[in-house]
Amino acid sequence: MAETATAPKNVKFIITRQDDPQSSSYVEEFELPYRPGMNVISALMEIQRNPVNAKGDSTVPVCWDSNCLEEVCGACSMVINGKPRQACAALIDNLEQPVRIEPMKTFPVVRDLVIDRTRMFNALKRVKAWIPIDGTYDLGPGPRMPEKKRQWAYELSKCMTCGVCLEACPNVNEKTDFIGPAAISQVRLFNAHPTGEMNADERLDALMEDGGIDGCGNSQNCVRACPKGIPLTTSIAEINKQTTKHMFKRWLGV
Amino acid sequence: MKGFYSRKIHSLLGVIPLGAFFIEHMMTNFAAVEGGASGFTDSVIWLNSLPLVFFLELFGIWLPLLYHGVYGLYIAYQSKPNLNRFNIERNWRYTLQRITGIITFVFIIWHLFQTRVQVAVGSVEHEELGGLMHDIVTSPLMLTLYIIGIVAACFHFSNGLWSFLISWGITVGPRSQRVSSYLCLGIFVLVTFMFLISLVTFRDAEFQTAASIAQSIKSFI
Ligand code: HEM
Ligand code: SF4
Ligand code: FES
Repeated sequence: MAETATAPKNVKFIITRQDDPQSSSYVEEFELPYRPGMNVISALMEIQRNPVNAKGDSTVPVCWDSNCLEEVCGACSMVINGKPRQACAALIDNLEQPVRIEPMKTFPVVRDLVIDRTRMFNALKRVKAWIPIDGTYDLGPGPRMPEKKRQWAYELSKCMTCGVCLEACPNVNEKTDFIGPAAISQVRLFNAHPTGEMNADERLDALMEDGGIDGCGNSQNCVRACPKGIPLTTSIAEINKQTTKHMFKRWLGV
Repeated sequence: MKGFYSRKIHSLLGVIPLGAFFIEHMMTNFAAVEGGASGFTDSVIWLNSLPLVFFLELFGIWLPLLYHGVYGLYIAYQSKPNLNRFNIERNWRYTLQRITGIITFVFIIWHLFQTRVQVAVGSVEHEELGGLMHDIVTSPLMLTLYIIGIVAACFHFSNGLWSFLISWGITVGPRSQRVSSYLCLGIFVLVTFMFLISLVTFRDAEFQTAASIAQSIKSFI
């Protein structure tokens, strides 16, 4: 860690802020003493402790959202140096300075860096991203999942609804109602499950409604942006295949 | 109509019939390279001798073009390009697909006005189209505009094929999508080459025969 010892003493942050959902955004700069191993969240904590901006004026602490601090909950997604990603996993050592931080404006901004990801969870409800097993009696064990399939399905199950893929997508914006890559990938996951498969058509029907899979324009940014390395474009193409088949089957009445 | 179906129709029309006609058009033009002025005229006459040519043109070109073009403009309008944040190859192609769609739209209207509309209003006969093209492409400005329009249309068609294969779930995994990228790149190079070499061939003096007629149309335009 010889390099960090010689690193500049201060780190500069340029943060896009907004006081409430209606007000317009503004930019505020902060300068913090460098500390080895610091990341964007620890920097925001430092601002919270001592809310003084770069001009030396005291200000209102910057609001943000975070939870797990280990890149598994998805709460701390924001745009850091132009890239949507998790703040808790954004080490200052790996970032170009000054560090520019903005909220993911694809979502409604609640305050400063806090966004409202409700649409992600509504999307999961819309496509029924679960396996219905409730009943009045014990149904017994379900069919087994082949190990090979389990391995790739597990990768899809890592999604933390963080919203980065929606922020990266040029077709998710105020002019469209595109559901976004995450929910489409979850349909692939639950349609691959031996019990979930029994309700596959319902999920495909949901993705053939307005704002469904047809919103994809193949920019393929999502797969590059996803922090979990989920093969989103493979999921989208696979669901393109399933919905196309489903469409022909519905026409032919089989 | 629900977005899913209207979008599927848009996608299908891009390949059948529009893509098929695009290739047919490329071969008709190439007859000028292979058979000279008479070869090109023969080809045009053959095309117009097809049975029910009016309906072929209406259902095979005009209506599909109108639907795909207008809906395509709407799709392009709905996009919010973000090359500044994601300066990567696939995102470039996504963006170019939309830009070339718009260029192609303008180019096709202009090109149709200069050629097909002139035939329709009776200012020019099918046999005289070679001479008309000669007159158009001997103007450096027109030649440049045609080259831009043609390259845009060729990109739009080739990259459209790539995206069509995904939209219909034919290429699913990253490997197949990579292989189809190379194939579509090959198609782009081939189709662009064929169109451009035909375009340049129209500059040959042997197409000049009908130049006087074309001249009178030009003053009319
Ligand atoms: C008249 C002007 C045109 C406009 C404005 C236009 C616009 C568009 C747009 C925006 C797309 C992207 C759709 C998407 O990625 O979801 C597209 C796709 C496509 N276009 Fe066009 N287009 C035009 C003409 C043509 C022509 C003449 C052809 C045939 C040579 C063509 C073939 C295709 C193909 C094959 C696709 C891919 C379909 C898919 O992704 O499923 N287009 N067009
Ligand atoms: S698919 Fe990846 S980028 Fe999209 S919400 Fe899930 S974890 Fe985040
Ligand atoms: S706090 Fe959970 S992902 Fe960053």
